Amino acid sequence: MNDQLVINQVTVAYDNVAAILKASFSLAEGEIGCLLGPSGCGKTTLLRAIAGFEPVTEGSVSLHGKSISTAKYTQAPEDRAVGMVFQDFALFPHLNVSKNIGFGLNKMPAKQRGERINEMLALVSLGHSAEKFPHELSGGQQQRVALARALAPSPQILLLDEPFSNLDAELRTQLAAEVRTLLKENKVTALMVTHDQDEAFAMADKIALLNGGQIVQIDAPYQLYHKPSSLFAADFIGKGSVINVGIDAAGLLGNNLGSLSIQTLPKDLGNTVKLLVRPDDVTYDKTSEIRLPIISKAFLGPNYLYELALTDGQCVPCLTQSHIDIPIGETLPVRFDLRHVVIFNGE
Amino acid sequence: MEIKSAISGSKFANPYSGKSWRLGLLIVTTIVAIPVLVIIASLGQPFSSAWQHLFDTVLSDYISNSLLLMAGVGFGTLLLGVSAAWLTAMCDFPGRKILSWAFLLPMAMPAYIIAYTYTGILDFAGPVQSTLREIFNWSYGDYYFPKIRSLGGAICMLSLVLYPYVYMLVRIAFLEQSTAVLEASRSLGKKPWETLFLVALPISRPAIVAGVSLALMETLADYGTVAYFGVSAFTTGIFRTWYGLGELTTAAQLCAFLLLFVFALIMAERWSRQRLRFHRNSANKKLVRMQLKGWHAYIALLIGCLIVGVGFVVPATQLLIWASSRWQETLNGAFLSLLFNSFSLAAIAAICCVIVATFLAYTKRVFNSRLELGAVGVASLGYAVPGTVIAVGVLIPVAWLDNKIDLFSRAWFDIPTGLLLSGTIGILVFAYVVRFLSVSLNTVESGLSAIKPSIDESARSLGARPAQVLKRVHLPILRSSLLTATLLVFVDVLKELPTTLILRPFNFNTLAVRTYELASDERLVDAALPALAIVVIGLLPVLLITKSILNERASHE
Repeated sequence: MNDQLVINQVTVAYDNVAAILKASFSLAEGEIGCLLGPSGCGKTTLLRAIAGFEPVTEGSVSLHGKSISTAKYTQAPEDRAVGMVFQDFALFPHLNVSKNIGFGLNKMPAKQRGERINEMLALVSLGHSAEKFPHELSGGQQQRVALARALAPSPQILLLDEPFSNLDAELRTQLAAEVRTLLKENKVTALMVTHDQDEAFAMADKIALLNGGQIVQIDAPYQLYHKPSSLFAADFIGKGSVINVGIDAAGLLGNNLGSLSIQTLPKDLGNTVKLLVRPDDVTYDKTSEIRLPIISKAFLGPNYLYELALTDGQCVPCLTQSHIDIPIGETLPVRFDLRHVVIFNGE
Repeated sequence: MEIKSAISGSKFANPYSGKSWRLGLLIVTTIVAIPVLVIIASLGQPFSSAWQHLFDTVLSDYISNSLLLMAGVGFGTLLLGVSAAWLTAMCDFPGRKILSWAFLLPMAMPAYIIAYTYTGILDFAGPVQSTLREIFNWSYGDYYFPKIRSLGGAICMLSLVLYPYVYMLVRIAFLEQSTAVLEASRSLGKKPWETLFLVALPISRPAIVAGVSLALMETLADYGTVAYFGVSAFTTGIFRTWYGLGELTTAAQLCAFLLLFVFALIMAERWSRQRLRFHRNSANKKLVRMQLKGWHAYIALLIGCLIVGVGFVVPATQLLIWASSRWQETLNGAFLSLLFNSFSLAAIAAICCVIVATFLAYTKRVFNSRLELGAVGVASLGYAVPGTVIAVGVLIPVAWLDNKIDLFSRAWFDIPTGLLLSGTIGILVFAYVVRFLSVSLNTVESGLSAIKPSIDESARSLGARPAQVLKRVHLPILRSSLLTATLLVFVDVLKELPTTLILRPFNFNTLAVRTYELASDERLVDAALPALAIVVIGLLPVLLITKSILNERASHE
């Protein structure tokens, strides 16, 4: 077993109200995980339970094969080899960058500590700002100091609580990719919490999707996007519409949507199915005889995102290149590409 | 287990054993609230025959004079404070930068000191009238000169030293209000002064009300000025009832009526502070000041210099002249022991205040429930309660306790203890803590608010134990707030007159008491040295505020 972090059937409750219910999740050494979900889903609670700030009510958390939280025992945060990057970075305002990074290294001999601080400064390329104070740094720089500070004591796992939410939108995805490279190069096991799927996709090897205190799906980003296991996951991840369509025994769909290959279908389908239609499942084809009226459109720079009406009034999205510019009210010739479409049972 | 609702989970894990902390909080708050509660409870005591006497003679004077005093000082501080704020926040002219902190200088001057200084300057024998008589060859009775020792004089003196409260709050309100609103008014055809009355002042009304309320609280608390000028107000009435008639209960009942006024002011102040929050305009904007040119600039400068001159420079210079004329006689061992008494008393009270305030602020931070908010709210009411009221409120329960101890000790050990607690330094310090706790509490709380829970948690996750978090994170961050809190209380205690007069141990003198006694004996010149010492030390908090004004200027310009 090379699992670095194992969360086993963990429940965290306040006054008999569970914020996290029977959550199980694990991370291998060097793996980057993500807890993704809407606000209030309990993801931060789970992260804080791993850090030791919240006791668990049931279940257990173990790190590197050693149990650190059970219903009966909560190891103090300072005794866990856990590094944490906080949402507001929580830099010590009275200490400069070097001293912030060195805060967790106070048991090291001075010489070694100095070397480690320099190593960390170089890692996040802040060597020139070593003497600056937190308030003199930009948001991105503060974030890097927080990261270096958490990594300095070489924790067995790095926890990141919405680490990019305090930064500009442009900076976010760029930094997420940078941080991922940095963590991967240094073989750091990390677990991030976010409500932003773009960040999750940019950072994580493995995503646990949470809803209402429960983990509803654990998968790699690609799987989560293309194979959502529930309507919630389908709705939360990516753009797309869920439509109700009639289906016959041969796999022929209503609304002129074409047919589905009957071999790939679940056995116990009824007369209607719910289909998750992603914008890239509906493609522009000027030779197609299926022409759907345009309800609305949005210019996205390289693309147009059209919203099209089916014959029964339900809407599907369609992504085209932006030079395909047809006014609202006219029709768009399209082809359905249903190879990747996700099917759920109807009512 | 069923999920009733999912919580995002930002609850701060509480590392302390809650019960004893909260019990401690309740005990501290109750003790601090005792003096005010005693005063309120005195209304339940039978009203003695002294009331009939008061009612027939002086009570209407107390009420009408106190009301007139409040009306006058309210108007005076409004006029001076708003003018000063308008000039430094909205206009630009040579000397504005210096004036913007110089307007705070009168804060260093306690009202009773400026009162007796101006008496010395303006009385019949003073330099002004003497010069007039010499120039015009007048003698006594030939001319009219307004009497400084009057209600009008008291209003002037109090307004001159209390307007900075209005100035500080209104200036910030002016700086923070959107210049676009003012420019809109100008572009709709209104002149600058019309804009002031139609737009700027109405927008700043909460700040004005808050500032005037603070000034009026100080007015009600004032004893030295009205007593020296012989104006019958509530505070002098309380002194007279207690020392003259020996009626402690009646004095306490008078205090209770004074508290009614105080509570009205507290309501006004709290209400307007609530409103202030809504009026904050955080939009990022650059302040454009009106450039005053030519004689406009001279008039602005003249008005500014006049306010600062009359409120600080003239009386301070007079004190300096008096003090230097007699320093060989007055600067002696007695003065040094006076300094020692005052400093050690103020230092002890300041440290006690800061310790209690730190305890309250931490309890509130850790638990932050309704109990803590209420307790801290009660504990910080003292700033509004006049020193005279607190002194009487302390005196009554302590005398009662002394009596009980004496009875107990006689009965069990046959030893009379007499007045064990009354007239001790400890009781005086307790009264100061009640009065000035809010000053230290505000400062410590604002310092503590800079330490977010995530800071504690990040220190913990980096391996620091709770005690180390306190030592390595909290203390260094809080150090300057704690020092500021200590300094502010220290200076306030040093200036405080009525509490000290009533509760001091026999023959124990402080700078404030000695100044007041010498001035009352018409030994104005001899009073100058201790008065000057108070003013110089009073400048310290002004420097602190000046520093923060200079910092804030960087963000507005």
